[in-house]
Amino acid sequence: MRRRLAAALAASLLFAGTARAADAPPGAWSCTGCHALSSAPSVPPNPIPALTGRPAVEIAGIMREFKSRGRPATVMGRIALGFSDAEIDAIAEWLARQDH
Amino acid sequence: MSTRRRTFLGLTAAALAAPALVRAQGAAKVVVVGGGFGGATCARFLKRFAPALAVTLVERQKTYTACPFSNEVIAGLRPLERQQFGYDGLARSGVTVATTAATAVDPAARTVMLADGTRLAYDRLVVAPGIDFDWTALPGYDEKAAERLPHAWKAGAQTLLLRRQLEAMRDGGLVVIAVPAPPYRCPPAPYERASQIAWYLKNSKPRSKVLVLDAKDSFSQQPLFRRAWSDLYPDLIEWVPLSQGGNVTSVDPATLTLETDFDSHKADVANVIPPQKAGALARLAGVADRTGWCPVEPTAFESTLQPGIHVLGDAALAGAMPKAASSANAQGKACAAAIADRLAGRPPQAPRLVSGCYTLAAPDYGFSLVGVYRPDKGELREVPGAGGASPLDSDPVLRAQEARYAEGWFRATTGEIFG
Ligand SMILES: Cc1cc2nc3c(=O)[nH]c(=O)nc-3n(C[C@H](O)[C@H](O)[C@H](O)COP(=O)(O)OP(=O)(O)OC[C@H]3O[C@@H](n4cnc5c(N)ncnc54)[C@H](O)[C@@H]3O)c2cc1C
Ligand code: HEC
Repeated sequence: MRRRLAAALAASLLFAGTARAADAPPGAWSCTGCHALSSAPSVPPNPIPALTGRPAVEIAGIMREFKSRGRPATVMGRIALGFSDAEIDAIAEWLARQDH
Repeated sequence: MSTRRRTFLGLTAAALAAPALVRAQGAAKVVVVGGGFGGATCARFLKRFAPALAVTLVERQKTYTACPFSNEVIAGLRPLERQQFGYDGLARSGVTVATTAATAVDPAARTVMLADGTRLAYDRLVVAPGIDFDWTALPGYDEKAAERLPHAWKAGAQTLLLRRQLEAMRDGGLVVIAVPAPPYRCPPAPYERASQIAWYLKNSKPRSKVLVLDAKDSFSQQPLFRRAWSDLYPDLIEWVPLSQGGNVTSVDPATLTLETDFDSHKADVANVIPPQKAGALARLAGVADRTGWCPVEPTAFESTLQPGIHVLGDAALAGAMPKAASSANAQGKACAAAIADRLAGRPPQAPRLVSGCYTLAAPDYGFSLVGVYRPDKGELREVPGAGGASPLDSDPVLRAQEARYAEGWFRATTGEIFG
């Protein structure tokens, strides 16, 4: 019985743990393939700018500029056009919360 | 599951919502076969999204050798060591790493057999075995011939072999690259390779030539490559399309001769990229169809042939997504999120995937192809209006910038997988 209780407890913990997957809006984890999700400085520094620790409004604002081609970019214009403004806001808020 | 256990699990709402997460023997089990860009990403992110899952990564090699940038190794611009990654980072993140080959799958019993004799039970299986070569497709070209005419399409010893052959070649020699019909791993990579080899020849053996014999009439980012070749390597690279006799019909390893529909070419160095199919395990698991590739649905990458088995990366028929490391990486995360959601009793959300493939035509000359994808009418399609290739008219500063960003992509992606 005790083992089963432990299992049930583990299940509720697991449930809390898995909230992180659902927590990220669609597309958010695609950004990290280029923008390393680490606040530790990389040596040598990655030429693609880090996004962690930056305010959501700033990230969202830059993304809108990429979308309207108002900000020079090699790839980001082509990427930003794949997201609606609401999707951009959700990703920006999620990115701003990542601090590991 | 017995009635008693079901009643018991009903005691907490969380457990109710997470029926598969807790089994008689503890945490739910996910086995991932193949520790490349697809499988290793998926294993790592399964632990991240659902830390209590028991995740086992089965990979036959101790060290992974990445293909992206391996064309630079062939050009002598990069040591192979920069392509190599171990699995300690995955182990530290809680993934159980089994360094052995998977030899069979029993979808009914939900078990995987390993070469070391172990039988692993799974609740969900992820298959990401990459590609195998079809050694029967090109007369004269078999595994033994590949020791004379390297493919270098799986990075490692073959990459170094092609490098050594180029180094040993006389100035004024002919390098022939044979390109198969699609689908094959990384559509632009044969042309990146032609560019990188041309870079080496231009600097070290300027009287030599590269001849690309192609089994198709057009290729990925063709205008960008043509521009790069005329900017950087005028008259050094010749491309022969299918309609002009590009299709290689047989090779003779003894004389390094490649026969085409119209002609016969004697090479000093021959790089034969053979036709491909999903890695053998895909067939053993029953997830490959008659084409040799694996049909999947676009949200969790679950096989449409075998429920409970997911297929990622080059092995999968992933709609509009190219067979690329950046696709495999994006798919690995989407699949991990969907499995974590499913096992927790939540419906997975539709993913949005981004692939960004960089090409280096020279060390300081980069361009890229980007795609944004989402499930649409049952398959992954591009989000209209987004994505596409770098502009054809771009100044050298931007090309140099893209070359630096390419390295940044490689470091960020391999860092989040293996770091
Ligand atoms: C020359 C070249 C250049 C490229 N450049 C780029 C680039 O710039 N950008 C890009 O995005 N992509 C690039 N690619 C494509 C990229 O390498 C592939 O798309 C990517 O490796 C696919 O990942 P995967 O996980 O599907 O397969 P793989 O990376 O091949 O991984 C499969 C793994 O499974 C293991 N395995 C297979 N069967 C078993 C088994 N039965 N048991 C245990 N282990 C098994 C293998 O050992 C291997 O480690 C390039 C490819 C080439 C050839
Ligand atoms: C293929 C690689 C790649 C992917 C994927 C990618 N980025 Fe970028 N990002 C870049 C590069 C390169 C730059 C530099 C600008 C440029 O040249 O496009 C950049 C710049 C940015 C900037 C501006 C940073 C600054 O300080 O100027 C923001 C914000 C940003 N990206 C957000 C995102 C978000 C959000 C995502 C995911 C939806 C994302 N990026 C996905 C490569 C990428």
